[in-house]
Amino acid sequence: MAVAAPEQRLARLERIWLERPGILGWLTTVDHKRIGLLYFWTTLVFFAAGGTEAMLMRTQLAQADEHVVGPETYDQLLTMHGVTMIFFFIIPMTTGAFGNYLVPLMIGARDMAFPRMNALSFWVFLGAGLFMYSSFLFHQAPDAGWFDYVPLGLKQYDGGLNIDFYALGLIFNSVASTLGAINLVVTIFKLRAPGMSWNRMPLFCFAMLAASLSLIFALPALTADLIFLELQRKLGFHFFDPAHGGSALLWQDLFWIFGHPEVYIIVLPAFGIATSIIPTFARHKMVAFPLVAMAELLVAFIGFGVWAHHMFATGIASTTLVFFAGASMIVVIPSTIQIYAWLMTVNIGTPSFKAPLLFIGGFILFFVVGGLSGIMFAAVPVDQATTDTYFVVAHFHFIIFGAAVFPLLGGIYYWFPKVTGRMYDERLAVISFILTFIGTAVTFFPMHIVGLLGMTRRVYTYDKGLGWDTYNLVETIGGFVIAAGLLLILFNIFWSYRRGEPAGRDPFHGGTLEWTTTSPPPTYNFPVVPTVSSAYPNWDEPDRQEDLRKLERGELVLDAGHETVVSSVNDARFDEVVEMPPESPWPILLAGALTIAFAFLLTSHWFVAGAFLVLTTLMLAGWHSQEPEEA
Amino acid sequence: MTPPRFRRLLPACALVLALSGCGGNQNTLHAVSHPEHEITNVFWVVFGFSCFGFGVIVFLLFLGWWRREKPNLPRGGGERAATGVVLGMGIALPIALLAALFIWSDVFVTQATSAPAKGSTALSIHVIGHQWWWEVRYDGTDVVTANEIHIPVKTRVDVELSTADVIHSFWIPELNRKTDMIPGVHNRQLLIANKPGVYRGQCSEFCGLQHAHMAVEVIAQTRSAYNTWLANQEKPVPASALPGAKIFQQQACSGCHQIRGTPAHGDVGPDLTHFASRSTIAALTMPNTPANLLQWIEHPQQVKPGNLMPDLKLPNADWTALERYLETLR
Repeated sequence: MAVAAPEQRLARLERIWLERPGILGWLTTVDHKRIGLLYFWTTLVFFAAGGTEAMLMRTQLAQADEHVVGPETYDQLLTMHGVTMIFFFIIPMTTGAFGNYLVPLMIGARDMAFPRMNALSFWVFLGAGLFMYSSFLFHQAPDAGWFDYVPLGLKQYDGGLNIDFYALGLIFNSVASTLGAINLVVTIFKLRAPGMSWNRMPLFCFAMLAASLSLIFALPALTADLIFLELQRKLGFHFFDPAHGGSALLWQDLFWIFGHPEVYIIVLPAFGIATSIIPTFARHKMVAFPLVAMAELLVAFIGFGVWAHHMFATGIASTTLVFFAGASMIVVIPSTIQIYAWLMTVNIGTPSFKAPLLFIGGFILFFVVGGLSGIMFAAVPVDQATTDTYFVVAHFHFIIFGAAVFPLLGGIYYWFPKVTGRMYDERLAVISFILTFIGTAVTFFPMHIVGLLGMTRRVYTYDKGLGWDTYNLVETIGGFVIAAGLLLILFNIFWSYRRGEPAGRDPFHGGTLEWTTTSPPPTYNFPVVPTVSSAYPNWDEPDRQEDLRKLERGELVLDAGHETVVSSVNDARFDEVVEMPPESPWPILLAGALTIAFAFLLTSHWFVAGAFLVLTTLMLAGWHSQEPEEA
Repeated sequence: MTPPRFRRLLPACALVLALSGCGGNQNTLHAVSHPEHEITNVFWVVFGFSCFGFGVIVFLLFLGWWRREKPNLPRGGGERAATGVVLGMGIALPIALLAALFIWSDVFVTQATSAPAKGSTALSIHVIGHQWWWEVRYDGTDVVTANEIHIPVKTRVDVELSTADVIHSFWIPELNRKTDMIPGVHNRQLLIANKPGVYRGQCSEFCGLQHAHMAVEVIAQTRSAYNTWLANQEKPVPASALPGAKIFQQQACSGCHQIRGTPAHGDVGPDLTHFASRSTIAALTMPNTPANLLQWIEHPQQVKPGNLMPDLKLPNADWTALERYLETLR
């Protein structure tokens, strides 16, 4: 074999990994980075929708006895706000956009383990989102709250298609989430670069692994619950009907068996982002690295044992109460471990408070506020005094907006140069931080007070004279400040994408592998599959020099085909080289057929729906007719 | 980044001011019963520790901010000491504090605030949630009322809670924690008020369109005032010659409402036997004044959209007659 120069090898890799140009290329892509970007922009649109719903609600609540929207619309807004932010923004944004784009780059792989399944999970997610949002066209959006308690969600109290949109849309979407989660788990288990044993894997990937495992085990409970609901609504079953031996609490148990792990699914990736940003800007590796890794996995595990704390007011037996209250106390510990590990890393390093670290600082403050109010819910009597009031609304918005979204915003700035090759504008970024920080505090902190003053959640209006008016007005103003901050971030993204300074390979001197490759990364991610000897491989200069020499020698360049390296699960020893599938039209076609099937399930056209489900199965056969050859 | 510490203090002060002094209508922290006192004690203690914990975090964050871009500052023991802080502050201290909180709140306070043993109280009341009002039945009597619960002060009352339709939640913030009303489940709650007064509560589980207009009042009275009230409520209404009485029987009203002493025995809407003795209409949606009453019976779908009471078409004179009749049901 003729010895090729590095340039020739790179050209060959470029040719092998090239995808179709133009729109068609985006529709058939299996490149994890493009799929990540598709996820990013799609979830951003859903974020805007959920945010608009929130602002409409806040406007309605700005004053007592307001008439901006009626109760019917308000209930749809509040339900869709919750459903959107959780299922169509945060989960797809963290696992879909950030996970997809970054995990392969951080572990030194060339793509996700199942590239076509990755595309499928995006298109199914898009189909489910469009399905759910089409309900607004018929003015029949889900309206029984995001946890849709029965019997309120049953046919006799909610006769339209509202709840059918909800149930079928979420079943549909859970297909996408499950596929995405399985893909992340397998990618993290098998595609790590040679040498990246567990103790050298970035904490971001531990967080993604923990969140994905949680998703895989939590979603079936929700899906079962939703199937029961649809069977009762559409076919007259009696799962939740006490008169026929069913139970209304069955819904709540199954829902929260999913719903509480869900909280950790939402915040774990955010923890992962924090553990990426902090070492970079503190210029020091994470303190207590193994403890933090274990805490991330542990919180996902303990998260499955606390669900009944959402049901303390339902009158469950006192032994059950005590068990779940105890578990809810214990679940605090993994979080305190991480908080102190983050803070101590900042303190023994030499921190540089650039925008990403500012957002992480905001995140830590908000997370601590939300965590401390969370402890109150582990004290049963205080829980029962404050649950279902705005105190709870304050608590979970500090967690979901403060602790999950803030790291996302910091993460957007942090990885912006990597994804686009350009720098964001630091000054605008700091202003956007100040706006969102103040906005968040002003919007959500008064909710604690108004909740303690007795304002119950999910009310479309309230009476004058209960002392709630001023707080609500302040909250509404705060909401608009947040919106201004978020729009500024969006502006920064667009402006910097066109005019930002070129960023170079590694503008922040980050520690993980994504900073070793060019910005934006080439389609094949790394010219040479890197070899890893610590948790911060980009700080290991000799290893990176060795990569360059390997490129000269043609070692681990894999320029013979569309390939990536598979390694052993624990020690990440080089195992084999596998052929990766090329771009494919099947994922989008299959997701399209599935969307149509769900539309007909909605309208109870069982046979047509069945026909389309058969069609999706046939498509799977078509999909597998083009398999990559065994290497 | 100076503002966060300051900003933190402001809301904390506002919180203490807003919640401790004034006796609001639905103020969770304004306790007028032993159980609620116990709950607010737990709240304030956890709040105090929370302020301390938050202060530590803010301090550490500011330490980092102060050290920014200054590589030559002493690092105080480096990684070993830092891991020590994680182990001590992140594991040992929270475990100790949480264990103490667990035993105090989840064992002792939970017991002190939970429902009394069945039959252990002199008075028991059955409250049934409806979309969107409260039916109140006094065990051992014929008394049925709606949206207001009269109790004698300093008396332990066993409240049985159930629902006629969807899940509701019974909550009188100044008296005790909330308890859900769930189909097929019979929950109970201890109600006790240390001093006479009107204590507002509100349904706190989302129950549909008019969840916002499903409030309730507990009226704690001296023993003698309570007895007088109960004796009056037990009486059926005397026959009435008012034209409104006839209209009530002939029109749809009697199909849904009961007025004891008349042929009206509907069980869809609230019992109206002593309607005029109540202070509000439609679960505290508005005060019970003649003008409001007229508006309510004529346009219930405007006042409280989605509720079960239909907008009937009657001549104006009939509405006034009905209103006059209802005002006599004292």
